[in-house]
Amino acid sequence: MGVTPRRRTFAVAALAAITAIGGLAACTKKNDEPSTPGEIKLVVDTFGEFGYDDLVKQYEASHPGIKIELRKTAQLGDYRPKLVRYLATNKGAGDVTALEEGIITEFKANAANWVDLSQYVGDKSADYLPWKYEIGKTSDGKLLGLPTDVGGLAMCYRKDLLEAAGFKSDREAVSALWPTWDDFIKVGQEYRTKTGKGLLDTVTTAFSASLSQVGGDLFYDKDFNVVADTSPAVKTSWDLALKLADAKVTAKTNTWSAEWQAGFQQGTFAATLCPSWMLGIIEQNSGAANKGKWDVASVPGGGGNWGGSWLSVPTQSKHPKEAAELAAFLTNADSQVAAFKAKGPLPSNLKALGNADFQAYQNPYFNNAPVGKIFGEGAKTLKPVTIGPKHSSVKERAFEPALQAYEAGRLSAQAAWDQAIKDAKVQGAF
Amino acid sequence: MSLSAPPAPPQLVKPDTHRASSSSRRFKLSRWDIKYSPYIYVAPFFLLFAVFGIYPVLQTARMALYDWNLIGDHTFTGFDNFTALMGDEYFWNAVKNTFGIFLLATIPQLFGALFLANLLNQNMRGRMFFRLMIVAPNVTSVAAVAIVFAVLFRRDFGLVNWVLGFFGVDAIDWKGETWSSWSAIATMVDWRWTGYNTLILLAAMQAIPKDIYESASLDGAGKWRQFWSITLPQLRPTLIFVVTVSTIGGLQLFTEPVIFGDGRILGGAQREFQTIAMYMYEKGFNDLQFGYGSAIAWALFIMIILVSGVNYLLIRRSVK
Repeated sequence: MGVTPRRRTFAVAALAAITAIGGLAACTKKNDEPSTPGEIKLVVDTFGEFGYDDLVKQYEASHPGIKIELRKTAQLGDYRPKLVRYLATNKGAGDVTALEEGIITEFKANAANWVDLSQYVGDKSADYLPWKYEIGKTSDGKLLGLPTDVGGLAMCYRKDLLEAAGFKSDREAVSALWPTWDDFIKVGQEYRTKTGKGLLDTVTTAFSASLSQVGGDLFYDKDFNVVADTSPAVKTSWDLALKLADAKVTAKTNTWSAEWQAGFQQGTFAATLCPSWMLGIIEQNSGAANKGKWDVASVPGGGGNWGGSWLSVPTQSKHPKEAAELAAFLTNADSQVAAFKAKGPLPSNLKALGNADFQAYQNPYFNNAPVGKIFGEGAKTLKPVTIGPKHSSVKERAFEPALQAYEAGRLSAQAAWDQAIKDAKVQGAF
Repeated sequence: MSLSAPPAPPQLVKPDTHRASSSSRRFKLSRWDIKYSPYIYVAPFFLLFAVFGIYPVLQTARMALYDWNLIGDHTFTGFDNFTALMGDEYFWNAVKNTFGIFLLATIPQLFGALFLANLLNQNMRGRMFFRLMIVAPNVTSVAAVAIVFAVLFRRDFGLVNWVLGFFGVDAIDWKGETWSSWSAIATMVDWRWTGYNTLILLAAMQAIPKDIYESASLDGAGKWRQFWSITLPQLRPTLIFVVTVSTIGGLQLFTEPVIFGDGRILGGAQREFQTIAMYMYEKGFNDLQFGYGSAIAWALFIMIILVSGVNYLLIRRSVK
């Protein structure tokens, strides 16, 4: 090679250093063993933001011998395939596993994967919103999931951006701006004229909200046949999404994309639909610099339930009893109030909803919006919708892509609808 | 071996039977050692290959014949999965995307690598430094590369669009169009793999005997002529290797397009950049149709073998 020994030493050292850096980056080994013998380690698997950081510390302090690891996955879309792998290989699942409404029906279909929680925690039906508790049970009465949160709807908006565009910005005035979706579109058009920007992040958030507002059968009927092409809720919501796109009131930032996340900080859009669990995600994406700029107003078109989860224990857990007790703790009234204060998920526990502390809570990040009052008032009137086994897949891999393609101007309305219906049949097959 | 055999003991002395048998045992042992121990030395590779190579291939072949729900039932369906695959529009879309990105990435990459290797083969200042730096992109984690490039190619506030803005180009929605998404992904692949191929080609260039060049220049051949008539033909076996490895890597493309598409397995709203590997994952892990996913895996396997074979023939013929 024609290099002197000294240079060769340097070369070898440099190569070794480069390899080591690359190797380190690739190597993130996890230690599953408890640090001290006799100690029980419980893993809690969640996605998005459940607000459990302080609660698990509190539980560890009051339960010596139990060590808890919180494993968070940012997106439900990444979380589900991981969970599927754990169940398929019968290895690796958390002891306490969160299941979202869009996927719980599918996982309930293989009930053998889950522990019947009632043998450890008893009957808790009196504690929760009745319909929410029912979804956590199988048809033959096994309790597979304890309810965490429901997804009451609101509209989060950037106070400063609306003000700059010449609108009144306090939450009562903003709520009064858009009692219906048509009013919202008018505001959006005015905002577009004044700023040249989109008011709402994207049409798909409005589509999801509208589905829950109309309610009833969404993509499936009660017998789990795919009825996306005939369901009135889908048609109404689809038409709304198209209207929003035609009126150019959206910023065309697809949810969960890099543009969407940057948009929260850069003010690409001034409003997004926020079911209460979205509060934590907005806070995280917007960052500390934007504290106090967001506020919470009422949603156009009335209440609805979008999202919400349950905590379950897979049968592969080595400590089902302890895991079930932990799940019961995380879903009890006090914990649900604490989680709501931390990250926003709206309680489904009746005592939590009646808790004075909850009702009086104001979220400092959202300009001290009285979120307890805003979300709490509607919570008890929420109605369940029919969530089929592949609800998430149909929504995220059939309807949302078709709407995004329409929003970006790459598909005609008819072609987008045809694509959505065709994909819904494939994605919804069960 | 006969040379090392012990000399026959003198007749008058009672033969030391113990010693004789021990040495003949030693003899046998050493013969056994020479004959079989090489197999033991290479055994770890073949054991690992059997566990992580052959077993998955066979198991995948078996699963491809089933309707195999990942967390539910398995039913034998014969070749139904393959029949369905042949008529699956999204599968062919993924094939088109994979080959499109593969060609868009690999052709410039190989020419770039050849050019760089030739450059680094010259006498130049600090060439050891450059030779090392050129492989640095390859040892960075693929996820890190993909994340950084996904930020560069963002529609809003992305660096590439910002630079293009100076030339009066409107912001490009990189994820929105087929050509733009393919180019962005091909850029990521090239950034990571050009250096690796450069290094392999460089090593091969250095193995070419210098005297061939000397006699060529005595005959009046210029640098360019030397490159065409000596370097390229001598590189043939290495080029075949490089092209084959690039083919295998290119057809299995997965991480870059997934992260580029914000972690969505669909690869764009209309599957503009969904590769075969992504479609396999979508079917296997998202839709839980593991049998169908396995059929896709086998289709990919066969395609890689075919394309590698074609590449081999092409390169062998064109570089003489």
